[in-house]
Amino acid sequence: MSASHHPPEDLLLAYAAGSLDEASSVLVATHLALCPNCRHDVMHAEAVAGELMEDLVPVQLNGAALESALANLDAAPVAVSRVAAKAVDGVLPQPLRDYVSGELVNAKWQWKGFGVQYAPLMTDPSGNKLGLLRVAAGVRVPHHGHSDDELTMVLSGGYSSELGAFARGDIEFADEEVKHQPVADEDGPCLCLVVTRGPLKPTAIVASWLMPLLAF
Amino acid sequence: MTLVASSQAIAMTDLLVKIARDRDKQAFAALFAYYAPRVKGYLIRQGADDGTAEELAQEALLTAWRKADRFDPAKASAGTWIFTVARNLRIDALRKGRRPEFDPEDPAFVPDPAESPDAAIQADQTRVRIRNAMADLPEEQATVIRLSFFEDKPHGEIAEQLGLPLGTVKSRLRLAMRRIKSSLGD
Repeated sequence: MSASHHPPEDLLLAYAAGSLDEASSVLVATHLALCPNCRHDVMHAEAVAGELMEDLVPVQLNGAALESALANLDAAPVAVSRVAAKAVDGVLPQPLRDYVSGELVNAKWQWKGFGVQYAPLMTDPSGNKLGLLRVAAGVRVPHHGHSDDELTMVLSGGYSSELGAFARGDIEFADEEVKHQPVADEDGPCLCLVVTRGPLKPTAIVASWLMPLLAF
Repeated sequence: MTLVASSQAIAMTDLLVKIARDRDKQAFAALFAYYAPRVKGYLIRQGADDGTAEELAQEALLTAWRKADRFDPAKASAGTWIFTVARNLRIDALRKGRRPEFDPEDPAFVPDPAESPDAAIQADQTRVRIRNAMADLPEEQATVIRLSFFEDKPHGEIAEQLGLPLGTVKSRLRLAMRRIKSSLGD
């Protein structure tokens, strides 16, 4: 099964360049684990970067650099391929598990209103927040807009909004242009990974499930 | 010029394969002589001072020695792979951040559809096609591509630097990547 809603291309490019903030990078890398198509795009972007580096004007190192590197070769341990941490529940792909201490039960869940729980995972140095959102089956989120960017990726279950139906691996990108009203699928809870890059603005009077994210 | 650069880079791929297979120090010395100054140039473009760039360039090549067995010539050229090594070291060192990456050994990982047997030949052709497509990019697209890979800046800052709306920068990046992709027959 492959995702059908992908991250915006400029995010994939920034991830390949290494200029994307850490919170968004976790979400993109987690999507890449589930999406061969986007991995392909990132590979192409890296290939472009590789060619650009080939053409850079070289900056010479000091005379002893090669010698000291050669002297270090035998001391340099050959890297052992990392043994993948066990995916206990199979829901969280790497690298996300590293940010949840392995399993979902380790996340620090907080109730955020009827049928909605949020677990903050990290705030990166640029102030972008990464967190998990768990919404009970059938819960409808009040209509809301965004003053900045919000990235949502489904990890299990699914939801629908004006922009379509979202299932595991799918990403919804919302910026200030987008106002949406997500509704969790009826057949079970929906677990999402969320990156917020700015405060959310409710267009409805009722507090949304995302509004309280502001409080962190 | 392009052809010379290209054949040299193919030779570099062979060097990495030798390092992985034979732990060949002469191959390492040749790889170092070619890439360490390029990696240093890249790091200086990213805002590292001379001393830090020098140190990280050495570290990048030592990492290439240690991890050479993970280099897959069917997936990337030597230059591309060394770029990714240098990029990750830079994120750790200069930004004090982490580089989150997927793990192909992860049971939750969704693998590629089966690869074609001539993937290695394709990787080589891919390089030539990417170089040609990049040479053919309109200057305005080439500029945003270069800036987005070499300046450790969000696209918003690149837009400010160029005096362009963010949307224009994003659409130029998108157009450039589409042209490159279509040259690969994707």
